[in-house]
Amino acid sequence: MTSQAIDSPGTEGTSGAGTRGSAPGTDTRAETAPAVGASGKGPRDAGAHDTGAHDTGARDTGVRDTGVQGEGRGRGGGGAGPGGGSGRAGRAWLLTAGLLAALVLLALVSAGLGAYEIPLGDVLASLGNRIGLGGRPLDRTAESVLWNIRLPRVVLALLVGASLGCAGALMQGVFGNPLAEPGVIGISSGAAVGAAGSIALGLGFLGTWTVSVCAFVTGLGTVLLVYAVSRDGGRTEVVTLILTGIAVNAFAGALIGLFIFFADNAQVTQITFWQLGSLAQATWPKVLAVLPWAVAGLAIAPLYARKLDLLALGERPARHLGVDVERLRMVLILVVALLTAAAVAVAGIITFVGLLVPHLLRMANGPGHRFLVPGSALGGAVVLTAADLGARTVAAPAELPLGVLTALLGSPFFFWLLRRTRRRQGGWA
Amino acid sequence: MRALESAERPAPGLRMRVRAGLRRRGRELPGPVAPGEALARVSGVRVRLGGREVLAGVDMTVRAGEVLALVGPNGAGKSTLLSVLAGDLAPETGVGTDTGGGAGGRAKTGAGTETRSGAGDGAGTSGGAGAGHGVWIAGRLAGDWSAPELALRRAVLPQAATLAFPFPVVEVVRMGRAPWAGTAREERDEEVVAGAMAATEVAAFAGRPFPSLSGGERARVALARVLAQEAPLMLLDEPTAALDLRHQELVLRLCRERAAAGHAVVVVLHDLGLAAAYADRVAVLHDGRVAADGPPAEVLRDELLTGVYRQPVEVLAHPRTGAPLVLPRRDGPTTG
Repeated sequence: MTSQAIDSPGTEGTSGAGTRGSAPGTDTRAETAPAVGASGKGPRDAGAHDTGAHDTGARDTGVRDTGVQGEGRGRGGGGAGPGGGSGRAGRAWLLTAGLLAALVLLALVSAGLGAYEIPLGDVLASLGNRIGLGGRPLDRTAESVLWNIRLPRVVLALLVGASLGCAGALMQGVFGNPLAEPGVIGISSGAAVGAAGSIALGLGFLGTWTVSVCAFVTGLGTVLLVYAVSRDGGRTEVVTLILTGIAVNAFAGALIGLFIFFADNAQVTQITFWQLGSLAQATWPKVLAVLPWAVAGLAIAPLYARKLDLLALGERPARHLGVDVERLRMVLILVVALLTAAAVAVAGIITFVGLLVPHLLRMANGPGHRFLVPGSALGGAVVLTAADLGARTVAAPAELPLGVLTALLGSPFFFWLLRRTRRRQGGWA
Repeated sequence: MRALESAERPAPGLRMRVRAGLRRRGRELPGPVAPGEALARVSGVRVRLGGREVLAGVDMTVRAGEVLALVGPNGAGKSTLLSVLAGDLAPETGVGTDTGGGAGGRAKTGAGTETRSGAGDGAGTSGGAGAGHGVWIAGRLAGDWSAPELALRRAVLPQAATLAFPFPVVEVVRMGRAPWAGTAREERDEEVVAGAMAATEVAAFAGRPFPSLSGGERARVALARVLAQEAPLMLLDEPTAALDLRHQELVLRLCRERAAAGHAVVVVLHDLGLAAAYADRVAVLHDGRVAADGPPAEVLRDELLTGVYRQPVEVLAHPRTGAPLVLPRRDGPTTG
């Protein structure tokens, strides 16, 4: 009973926003409060508002520090970016190690923080216990919060972030254009059409996979459409790309609007909040639904890194160097669709991760895809884990939609990128 | 220049061969090239682009050890012929039916053009893929090679060098070594890259990002990449267009050295003086046809060039060397 109740999204101290994401949320929350409260430890729900707010408020600064540190490191390296080729490998290893350390730290912190606090030592102990490395089990509530709420969410953030970061790097490589990103071009909204449609029409022919599969199919269709429309002679002009993105986003928006129009109230809220992007409803089955897609995409992507480097020369020169360009394109576009759809299907529309992360890494370590592709996956995981931690804790006990948060932080970065590129090379052409 | 004299192939050790076999199976490495061997041949090639017949029946053979200059006015089909020689464009031959034989099938990767070649043409010539019209590279129909195999046999310098991301110069040159990954020759990568950069005088800015270079510097980096590829057939599309006097000469000297090492170099040039001075053979293209093909002294004659370029031209012998000098006729001063 307890675990079931805690499983529901309403538990995480979320008021209003987070809860409404799931239709039966209100009931669950009422049910959850006594369940958790029974352990005698929890400041739950409206009654305990000040405790929760106070708690997270204090921790909040610490959280943001970590996030800023991570980004600061990336940008610091950027200053030395256009240096010589020597030392590149060393820097790549350093960056990888730094990102990995940041990721592990963030994941552990994120697993502990929230309305129900679990000290870092306890998190480690419980983790150690479950994988058989000593440690000890926690009390029932803590164990349940950690394993049924926090950890699936952390793992999902990690998977989604890695998928989005990697998809961004791949798309920029395939399109030969540094502005290509699933969100900017409209792949995310394309995938959202399928997901919204399946929710609105109440499709369930594939169980938990239904939304994913629908998102994948429409996402793939959108990628192919954009690719066919916007490419010319192996390159994609920035203007064409952005205009294509506008058109695709408009069309997808219209379709989603149509689905919302035909949906009932519960479905409307589900679609709306899902579109804002959130990991609030993370569960292990959801993780399992994404896992194969994300893992497949992330495993295939680095195999094509070297060929992506060659593709930067243009389509024909790449072919002259022995790249089977047509095949490369088809495989990578499938991988992009796979990764994006996997991410969008469970987390909604989360923009700018795929743009921001590869750009920062390119500044830090140059454009070589052998580091960039896996690095962007890692960086995306770091950024999204941090962002989700922020989304959970910044406005606690309310929860910010994750997609809103990344867009809030990502858009200024986009502006900065535009200005910087204009100054340096007179804009994109 | 060491990199350029690398025509000899070190016998791969067993370990290397096993490694190569494991990493890229089914890829046939090029054997040694005999002097005078035909490295590329086109026969009766027609190419239609955008409704216009850009090549209207071209026959040409490129042999190991020669520098062949393609000259001609704008739009004569020089770059198109180079693309055909590179195996990019699958030409249609004769006026035959669309047979889509073995030659055409894989060549479709070209550039979205029509794919018709090989046997079955109805132009009244002897049919058969081996003897009829088509494009052969290193003794095989261009469409029968896979992209990785072709990359070991011919290198192409495009007219304009672009790069989507700001790779440093040395990385760009290193890209030229990509075809050799997984072969015995991979071990020489660094040596070859350094040699190519020294030969094109780009080593001084090896660490700079490619987009920050000037047009001439970019052109030389692109050439260094092509040199590093070490393919026996090198196709250069206007390699001297953006270069200063010194580097124009440098590039053509490099072409000569390559030819002396037993490779074949096809170079599109606009400067007829350069063609006369450095090429073994000059082919003048005009309206998609070869108007003349032979040694510079025979081909570069004033009546032919005057007709082809629609510009009065005079050809003089150099007072010291006797090499032909091609000059546009400028009768009298244009101003007082």
